[in-house]
Amino acid sequence: MGPSAASAHRGIAAGHAAAPRLQGTTADARWLEWLFIGVSWAFLALVLLVPLGAVFCEALREGLRAYFDAFDDPYAWSAIRLTLFTAAIAVPANVVFGLAASWAIAKFEFRGKTVLITLIDLPFAVAPVVSGLIYVLLFGMTGWFGPWLASHDIQIIFAAPGVVLATIFVTFPLVARELIPLMQEQGTDEEEAAASLGAGGWQTFRRVTLPNIKWALMYGVILCNARAMGEFGAVSVVSGHLRGKTHTMPLHVESLYNEYNFVAAFAVASLLAMLAVATLAVKTAVQWRMQRELQDSAEP
Amino acid sequence: MGIEVEHVSKTFGSFKALDDVSLKIRDGELVALLGPSGSGKTTLLRIIAGLETADAHPAAVVRFHDEDVYKRSAAQRRVGFVFQHYALFRHMTVFENVAFGLRVRHRSTRPSNGDIRQRVERLLSLVQLSQFARRYPSQLSGGQRQRVALARALAVEPRVLLLDEPFGALDAKVRQGLRAWLRRLHEEIHITSVLVTHDQEEALEVADRVVVMNNARIEQVGTPEEVFHHAKTEFVMEFLGQVNVFRGRVRNGKAVLGELTVDYPQYRDDAERPATAYLRPHELRIERQRNGKPSFAARVTRTHSAGSLARVSLETPSGAPVLVDVSLEEFAALGLREGETVYLYPKNARIFVPDGASGAMNGDYVI
Repeated sequence: MGPSAASAHRGIAAGHAAAPRLQGTTADARWLEWLFIGVSWAFLALVLLVPLGAVFCEALREGLRAYFDAFDDPYAWSAIRLTLFTAAIAVPANVVFGLAASWAIAKFEFRGKTVLITLIDLPFAVAPVVSGLIYVLLFGMTGWFGPWLASHDIQIIFAAPGVVLATIFVTFPLVARELIPLMQEQGTDEEEAAASLGAGGWQTFRRVTLPNIKWALMYGVILCNARAMGEFGAVSVVSGHLRGKTHTMPLHVESLYNEYNFVAAFAVASLLAMLAVATLAVKTAVQWRMQRELQDSAEP
Repeated sequence: MGIEVEHVSKTFGSFKALDDVSLKIRDGELVALLGPSGSGKTTLLRIIAGLETADAHPAAVVRFHDEDVYKRSAAQRRVGFVFQHYALFRHMTVFENVAFGLRVRHRSTRPSNGDIRQRVERLLSLVQLSQFARRYPSQLSGGQRQRVALARALAVEPRVLLLDEPFGALDAKVRQGLRAWLRRLHEEIHITSVLVTHDQEEALEVADRVVVMNNARIEQVGTPEEVFHHAKTEFVMEFLGQVNVFRGRVRNGKAVLGELTVDYPQYRDDAERPATAYLRPHELRIERQRNGKPSFAARVTRTHSAGSLARVSLETPSGAPVLVDVSLEEFAALGLREGETVYLYPKNARIFVPDGASGAMNGDYVI
């Protein structure tokens, strides 16, 4: 990681160093400081911690037995399976895509590069519902490829393939966007050095490029996975809400909730919440590692 | 021949970086490619290395030791390449950096771990970094990093060593030391080497021969003495060292350069031609009086003597600046004051007459 990121980090450190001086010069800086910290915490508590806590409270309101009963349901397991299945395809697919795209963008000059960069951001700009509708339009019964697919007995919409496709679409910027700035900053010097030392393409990738981007890649995978498991909008459109067939966990939670089955809904939701908490923990750990390596590799 | 390059051109979009360049470098020679930025020197080096491909041309050739390597990739050419910004593998220790070229070899030619260890240790002691084997590149100074890069390049026993502005990112003091060290190292291992630099001092001090490049072409190839004292083109004359430029004309065996008229027997024609005279600061003598020999008047604008020579800045009556170097003893004897008018006597001048056929001509000339 290079000088710009390193100096940004130093910038933060400088901010820390400046804070005590601010207290010294301004008498009322202290209460201001507390005010800002207080407001930040209060806001976070209100919009994040309380709802997160509420999920677990609601899930456990009728005791552990009722909580676990929610999972004693083939539909719940089917939803969990489909969610894991979807993530198991979407995440590797987007790792491959993200690596290829960021490699191309960072290491080569070609026509249409800016267009490609813009396209990668497209799923962030488009509402998830619209992303889902695109697939219905393409592969649905009345869609462009619908009749052909139907005549070959292939079902994409209202089936698992549609769910997977929609998830891939929604999550595909996540890995690439983590990698592109880092790879652009690292440039091609080390790859050229490896080539001049006799390393082939694959050896260069495995021994030089990959180790240099591993933490950013890990971070991208975590974000991609979290989003793949939690996606609601796009998946909701293509799934057709066939319980036990095309329900992912978020969809299952919604339908349980709509049926006033609150405990079960919150129990499944708590799984997703735990996933979020675990994601955050791993993300923090990875970020900490990245930060450390960044400091190590910063100019002495 | 160590390296031969023939008919190599390279265009980036509409920019011509190299224009039909040919160059021969002898076995074991250390050659510097010298030129301003954009002159094509780095492009030429990268084409030699195989990191860049030359424009397709039926006669284009790159040969190492009489073997055609033109079609080979960088990985197959066995060159040692040293980058300006080191390009060390940041996640590997110094030891692993140096060992890299050996570890990525095919199983059949890869040395055993013991051999690799031995060879890396020998190279690290060659670059005087044995005690840093376990460090990471980020824990080294710029000069140390560049020495690691050099050891890494030498580890693959390259057929040629290519250095791209190797000391460009270092400060003046460190550069100086590394330059002398590189020269000693070259004397020790005698590998055919090409050094790209825009620093003329570096090129003149380190290289056996200097290739001066400008505008995608080679201007002159020669020993440091040749290119400095016997510049073949005006560009080389102006690019190397400080020089005073006088524009004028030649006719009938005389050159008239502003206030100065000198004999120029090489051109006896009646037709007047434009000419440019180049005088190095040490090729002018300062006198208080005229003595009949060719000279011109100038006013002293500034002097400074903090160096091994004193440098006197002057201005001719027409406002042209002139620089003169005098020895410190002479400077003390002269006792120049700013604002006073003195006479400058050329000891030597090089006069270029633009002439389609014979190019530039030399008017050597001593008082």
